[in-house]
Amino acid sequence: MFRSLAPPEYLATIDRVKCIRCKRCIQNCGWGVYSWGGDKILIDTFKCVKCLRCYHYCPEEAIEIKDNPTRFKQNAYWGYHNIRNIKRQAETGGIPLTGMGSDLPYTILFDNLLIDACQVTNPSIDPLREPMELRTYLGKKPSSVKIEKGKDGKLKLAEPAPPQIKLEVPIIFSPMSYGSISLNAQKVLATAAKECGIVMNTGEGGLHEDLIPYRKNIIVQVASGRFGVNPEYLNAGVAVEIKIGQGAKPGIGGHLPGEKIPLEVAKTRMIPVGTDALSPAPQHDIYSIEDLRQLIYAIKEATDYKPVSVKIAAVHNVAAIASGIVRAGADIVYLDGFRGGTGAAPSIIRDHLGIPIEHALAAVDDRLRQEGIRNEASIIAAGGIRSSADAAKAIALGADAVAIGTAALITMGCTTCGKCYTGNCSWGITTQRPELTARLDPEVYAERLINLIHAWTHELKEILGALGINSIESLRGNRERLRGVGLDSFTLDILGVKPAGR
Amino acid sequence: MVKIDAKGTYYRDLNRKVREAVEKGEKEIVLENVNGQYYIGDGLRGNVSITIEGVPGNDLAAFMDGPTVRIKSNAQDNIGNTMNSGKVVIEGHAGDVLGYGMRGGKLHIRGNVGYRVGIHMKGDKKQGPTIIVGGTAGDFFGEYMAGGLLVLLGLDGDGPIVGDYLGTGMHGGTIFVRGEVDKEMCGAEVGVMEPDEDDLKVLREALSDYCADLGLKLEDVMSKGFKKLVPVSARPYGNLYAY
Amino acid sequence: MNHDYQKDMAGCGLTGLISRKRRRVSGSHIAKSLCLMTDRGNGLGAGYAAYGIYPEFKDFYAFHIMYDEPSVRRTVEEVLKASYHVEKIEEIPTSPVRAIPISPLLVRYFVEPLKEKLVGDVEESDFVVSTVMRVNSEIEGAYIFSSGKNMGAFKGVGNPSDIAEFFRMEEYEGYLWTAHTRFPTNTPGWWGGAHPFTLLDWSIVHNGEISSYGINKRYLEMYGYKLTLLTDTEVAAYLLDLLIRRHGLSIPVACAALASPFWKNIDRMDDGERDALTALRLTYGSALLNGPFSLLFGHSNGLVGINDRIKLRPLVAAVKDDVTYMASEESAIRAICPSPEKVWAPRAGDPVIVGLED
Ligand code: SF4
Ligand code: SF4
Repeated sequence: MFRSLAPPEYLATIDRVKCIRCKRCIQNCGWGVYSWGGDKILIDTFKCVKCLRCYHYCPEEAIEIKDNPTRFKQNAYWGYHNIRNIKRQAETGGIPLTGMGSDLPYTILFDNLLIDACQVTNPSIDPLREPMELRTYLGKKPSSVKIEKGKDGKLKLAEPAPPQIKLEVPIIFSPMSYGSISLNAQKVLATAAKECGIVMNTGEGGLHEDLIPYRKNIIVQVASGRFGVNPEYLNAGVAVEIKIGQGAKPGIGGHLPGEKIPLEVAKTRMIPVGTDALSPAPQHDIYSIEDLRQLIYAIKEATDYKPVSVKIAAVHNVAAIASGIVRAGADIVYLDGFRGGTGAAPSIIRDHLGIPIEHALAAVDDRLRQEGIRNEASIIAAGGIRSSADAAKAIALGADAVAIGTAALITMGCTTCGKCYTGNCSWGITTQRPELTARLDPEVYAERLINLIHAWTHELKEILGALGINSIESLRGNRERLRGVGLDSFTLDILGVKPAGR
Repeated sequence: MVKIDAKGTYYRDLNRKVREAVEKGEKEIVLENVNGQYYIGDGLRGNVSITIEGVPGNDLAAFMDGPTVRIKSNAQDNIGNTMNSGKVVIEGHAGDVLGYGMRGGKLHIRGNVGYRVGIHMKGDKKQGPTIIVGGTAGDFFGEYMAGGLLVLLGLDGDGPIVGDYLGTGMHGGTIFVRGEVDKEMCGAEVGVMEPDEDDLKVLREALSDYCADLGLKLEDVMSKGFKKLVPVSARPYGNLYAY
Repeated sequence: MNHDYQKDMAGCGLTGLISRKRRRVSGSHIAKSLCLMTDRGNGLGAGYAAYGIYPEFKDFYAFHIMYDEPSVRRTVEEVLKASYHVEKIEEIPTSPVRAIPISPLLVRYFVEPLKEKLVGDVEESDFVVSTVMRVNSEIEGAYIFSSGKNMGAFKGVGNPSDIAEFFRMEEYEGYLWTAHTRFPTNTPGWWGGAHPFTLLDWSIVHNGEISSYGINKRYLEMYGYKLTLLTDTEVAAYLLDLLIRRHGLSIPVACAALASPFWKNIDRMDDGERDALTALRLTYGSALLNGPFSLLFGHSNGLVGINDRIKLRPLVAAVKDDVTYMASEESAIRAICPSPEKVWAPRAGDPVIVGLED
């Protein structure tokens, strides 16, 4: 009898001549591909997800992970994932789950946008030696300020300014909860956020006490499950985020199974050990926009008016929704595009619901400007930011800052294998198994993440320098410095971008 | 000596007259009533001395190789751009971007200078450029400096004598500043130290010539302490890129 | 499509002067200064703005209008007469100049908004601005290029001396002048594209390219400005109008918004000032003029000169008696004031603000 009619995706192979039987692969694979057969390593290749942990830890380079050549026949219409999902559904009757962002080949607008550079009529600026400012403040900006001269002749504010979150770079870490990722992974994010002068976000898993020292670099999230939420929690960070939706699974709740709720996670989420942690699809105190307003102001009252962010998935009507959110009093609108990552989502949802961040961002920025309220809230763009170029393009389209999740995890070893939902991540990221999480030394991996942010910082400065501007606010919403390549006129119109050559 | 009246003369005609005079072997030229004519002395070679009365235009002495130019009033921007040798003495103030990429010769300025003075100056064993400023300087003084000598004296007052981003991107050469230097104002690549005996010798030599040109007393100029600025690394951005 | 425009790019030279005692000087003076910098332009645009030139009509808005075609004149005049009392209409006097074979029809109007048109809490100035916006964006072939009181702009396609001769600048006497010679890189050859650019009694001359144009434009559009010219200068003018006239910022504070100090320097200020500058920068981030520029702006009570935060474009200032001069080059000042009492180069982003004595 066959085991599954879906052949394994990958073939884990060991060069038996090279193998010295050190068994490191057995230790390292979180998915239990390898086992000891008495005289040699046994391989259950069905379980392999190509996370490449074993490959990197094999001292003899004896391991090779191949894409299985014995795949379904290639078919331009019936894609591999279609056939595989049907087979899996036929076997289980279940909804195939997946992790990370959608990998289907929808058009990637970022890759059809190119950035301007200076030649002759204005000078480029040398970012290594001359000032180049990336500092960004998130929060509500007044439409005008009153400034008066003090008795000492110096300028001072006549009215206090609204609270802001100060970022040294317009990049933040997207919400990833303790539970969906390990505490060590959160510590990596927190350490890097502090070092880089930016912020991480707890996600809806509560705030573990080990993160308290990083509170100046943390946004705490309130979502439908309200895990770990109390006044102390609300006040623990620099801002509070209300999560309405997530790009990878708009309109879908979450379900962290009881097996994944060991003591620490339970404590942090303020639920008993071993129970399922359910995040309902909606927030049950928000059935309409005026309810959102109430929640926003309730949180503001509870926190002495810290900035409140509202995170939504990019959906068709996102511009109107965002406008409502801003009018409801949010200080930040967090837009998560449909390429956004997830720890677990039904693949049918992830791959088919929502709209890309590029469209959503352009539409929201435009709408808020048309309504004259763009200054009322900052916009964070997320959902598939892969490089500093994506970040620069998002900012030029109108974002105040971008949020990265997957890119941060990649610095910790993630290969985007997409099997986060299994809780077996060999890299110790999306797992709570102590033997796996112990691998992710927060100090060592924080260094790598800090390097990434520094590298992107340099790259952003290079881009600004080439654009001849020395401050990020002059790129923000400056769509004049973007051009589209190979985009139809509708798309260009939505993006508010001219075609290249114009 | 020959006098040329520059009044109302377009720069091209004026510079042609100067070149013709030099070709005739004239050793001393006085330009009278100069106001705003660009490119005086550009690319000029030889052992001639030119005195300018009035404010000359931008890009004076660019690529100049040998002559001595004395400006009896203020001067504008971009003087001594990529100059190779020779000397420009300015009795008044001067503008921005002086001595950009200069490889040799001297700029002696009595007054203040603007932004980005002495940027990307270069030197080697054979020759090196020198700029000495008697007054104050704006931001980015000695930016990208790769060689040569920059001296800032701040003779005329007690306010801050140098702007921000001093020596940013510096990877060669030496800057001397008379008085104190705020490390906050320096580029990350710059180390500030006390000059030693050898440094003072170099400084004294450069300043004697400067003082002689501008009728100052060397003792007065040397009466205050100097700080020496040098690059801390010849490859400040070695770690910037991933390979 | 709102974003589908071709932005104008230009290099330039500028000059200006103000007599703090309101002593009026002839336009030939400023023309002489500007002409010295002819080489900073390329003969495709020059212009002058002067204050104090219409004392006999000083209470009326002086609309200078150019008509590409005489036929639109009727349309515009109907629009004007519907909302304004028109005190006087005349063609702007010009002299034939060989280098300027063709020119638009140039007419000036001295007008005053009809009281009954100012309903509710509409400010007279807002009303005038909306007329200017409307004519300039909606009536093809007509362009209001000057709309202040007791001041006027005179500009066109040509080099500084030709334009001065054409408009007979020597016949005007003003206590404040700004002037400009232009080096456009993509010339529509349109008279309205020359500087000074004016709105109400603001006049702006500008050198350099504002690299932040795209966001400055979108920011202004949020406040109802219609950017029809697609030049950086227009952006600067509207920003000043928004910040100073509508938001009530003082001139120094507005300058600190347009060419804000670097964070590094803001961080070093003491608490009160740091908070003020931080709030200012946060609020007006989209108004920050980024990229190389120096600009002069005149208004009926003074003259301000400012350049960008890292001084990528030149600006020199000088004083003699009660007159302050500012120009791209010192020699342009010396051309009309050979021995000033003081000459200096303003620091990057540091405005030179001169007010009238009274
Ligand atoms: S460690 Fe990863 S790549 Fe290696 S066998 Fe296990 S799942 Fe496959
Ligand atoms: S976090 Fe782990 S499980 Fe998830 S995609 Fe990355 S490597 Fe795979």
